[in-house]
Amino acid sequence: MRDKLKIAVVKMTGCAGCQMEFLRLEEEFMDLLEKVDIEYFVMAKRENHPGPYDLVFIEGSVSTPRELEELRELRRRSEILVAFGDCACTGCIPSILNWVPPIVSSRVYEDFTAIHSRKESFQRIIPLAEFVEVDVHLRGCPPHKDTILEVLKAGLLGVKPWLRLHPVCVECKLKENGCLLTSEHRPCMGPVTAAGCGAICPSVGRICEGCYGPMSDANPESLARVFMEECGLSKDEVVRKFRKYAGAARAFLKVAGGG
Amino acid sequence: MEKNIRVDYIARVEGQGELTIKVVDGTPETVQFGIFEPPKFFEAFLVGRDFREIHELTSRICGICPVPHQIAALRAVEKAVGIEVDEYTRQLRRLMNFGSHLQSHVLNLYLLAAPDYLGYESAISLARDNPELLKKGLKLKKLGNDIIEVVGGRAVHPVSAVVGGFTHTPSRAKLEDLKDRLREARRDSEETVRLFSELDLPDFERNEEQIALTRGGEYPINEGTLKSTGGLEAGEDEYRRYIKEVQVDYSWAKHSIVEGRGSFMVGPLPRVNLNYRVLSDGAREAAEAAGFKPVVHRPFEALLARAIEVLNAVEQSILIIEDLPKGKAVREDAFKPRSGFGCAVVEAPRGLLYHAYKVNDKGLVEEADIVTPTAMNARNIEEDLKGYLPTIADLREEEMILRCEMLVRAYDPCISCSVHVHRA
Ligand code: SF4
Ligand code: SF4
Ligand code: SF4
Repeated sequence: MRDKLKIAVVKMTGCAGCQMEFLRLEEEFMDLLEKVDIEYFVMAKRENHPGPYDLVFIEGSVSTPRELEELRELRRRSEILVAFGDCACTGCIPSILNWVPPIVSSRVYEDFTAIHSRKESFQRIIPLAEFVEVDVHLRGCPPHKDTILEVLKAGLLGVKPWLRLHPVCVECKLKENGCLLTSEHRPCMGPVTAAGCGAICPSVGRICEGCYGPMSDANPESLARVFMEECGLSKDEVVRKFRKYAGAARAFLKVAGGG
Repeated sequence: MEKNIRVDYIARVEGQGELTIKVVDGTPETVQFGIFEPPKFFEAFLVGRDFREIHELTSRICGICPVPHQIAALRAVEKAVGIEVDEYTRQLRRLMNFGSHLQSHVLNLYLLAAPDYLGYESAISLARDNPELLKKGLKLKKLGNDIIEVVGGRAVHPVSAVVGGFTHTPSRAKLEDLKDRLREARRDSEETVRLFSELDLPDFERNEEQIALTRGGEYPINEGTLKSTGGLEAGEDEYRRYIKEVQVDYSWAKHSIVEGRGSFMVGPLPRVNLNYRVLSDGAREAAEAAGFKPVVHRPFEALLARAIEVLNAVEQSILIIEDLPKGKAVREDAFKPRSGFGCAVVEAPRGLLYHAYKVNDKGLVEEADIVTPTAMNARNIEEDLKGYLPTIADLREEEMILRCEMLVRAYDPCISCSVHVHRA
């Protein structure tokens, strides 16, 4: 067990939503400062230290050579590397770009090459684990703040964090929601999505869109069949659903790839 | 004498930005606010996506202001496919966006900006000497987040706002609870205005053009007419006629200019200046007591305007809850596709936000166009720095750097947002 944890919060290609969820620990923040030294967090601090760190939260995916270099350096300087949120774990929404032909993306900047020479972009969204060993995959867009606390606690105790990999359906049943998929034939992603959010969407009358990425041993092909046969979705619609938060994840690749 | 200022990674703002400045004999020669945040090409990958998911996808442009991105996308898409929402939905969306402004403004004021004026490197260091101050900020921020959660199901990237309405109606008990907490929060909000009126904000002034939405007797947040201190008056559909964009080679963010004139400012200062009359009663009184007299052209006083808007957001939210009409939930798939074009301008915490979509008869997006407030402000930030630098040219270099950063932070730039711009 450690007395105090030296941590860093780093942003790569993400939206800052995961960092915002970290700062949503409003009630716990004062106590947190007793147990955690925030050594690096550019969004919150002017004095930032280069490490080494006990634990680093990396928000965002890798999409530039500069980020790749930084990621490798962070791996060397950190004991526990946390892929913080879907962008880091699976590429999240921006990974839809990976399926878009470059000609379409070049329309966004009329003279792409002018900037390209200075600030290169891979024009692809790549999860961290493609490049370095990741110790903890903290899923969600964003991960619920309780799961952030769980990772911090586990880091202090020197144990593996307990993160749920069963489907959202389990949490949904615990909330005693009626099932939107079986009784209303709406295309809910709950059966293949990792739990952790507390089944937020079905609890407010909306189907799960899969924002925690694939659960362990998900069976996306079977759910895809249900979507087509029982919910009346076309093949394109099914592909779009899987090519959303985790199209770049191996578990979903078969359906997300359109194959 | 030549001074070169370089900030590789501006701290205490959202996202990845840098400053490159060269001052020769007190005169700025180069002033570049560069943005190295990697572009995510939203406008490119939205093409081919379904009209019912656009707000969910664009929410991920920014985790600090997902709400205005959702509302701008929803309104633009609804216009494109011909859906009109009822008053209940309109008011709930206003409430959600006031919650969004509240949490974002408090984050900037207490966690990002205040440490500069109180002599700390961060709110975390400040908390060691003055925990009460940070606690007050965190409590207000939580209230803003809880408003979003009650209305939208989740604070960061809400889930229940959909095309045509909400999939869920917040219970009266939850709304009443929010109302009680909002009433209680009036005092902390008033103290926030007082705190920022007492800080020693630099009185640098520059007569720039300021643009905000206006809307008759209502404090505009989700819809309105574009108005400027330079005489511009235009409907949201005319946005692209008056505001042009130019690409610069040192930044991923395009720059916005008013056609034929130049850079402009958006955000809390333009909003309060142009809507002073329709601030909530308490907010207007607090503004008067703080000596705020519109039209203010001192960019550092954006901090004071932001504090005034904290109190305004609290009081407007109370009014919305008190007068909320009855309404019912809609399903996420309630509406069928139709082809069309629609655009919308809303007020994000940092200023105007423009979304526009062309949708085909299958309901799939064919073209998307998004301009964010930080992209609009980028050129104006540089112009302000050029005006401000000669007044601080005698300071030591570190002090100059800090002052430049403080000016940038007064805009509360949200850099992730600013790099997805289509067309010129
Ligand atoms: S996972 Fe979601 S909340 Fe986190 S950075 Fe990515 S888009 Fe933002
Ligand atoms: S509503 Fe969705 S998450 Fe809930 S049990 Fe049904 S399929 Fe699972
Ligand atoms: S129910 Fe699904 S989409 Fe909703 S928050 Fe949970 S994982 Fe995300």
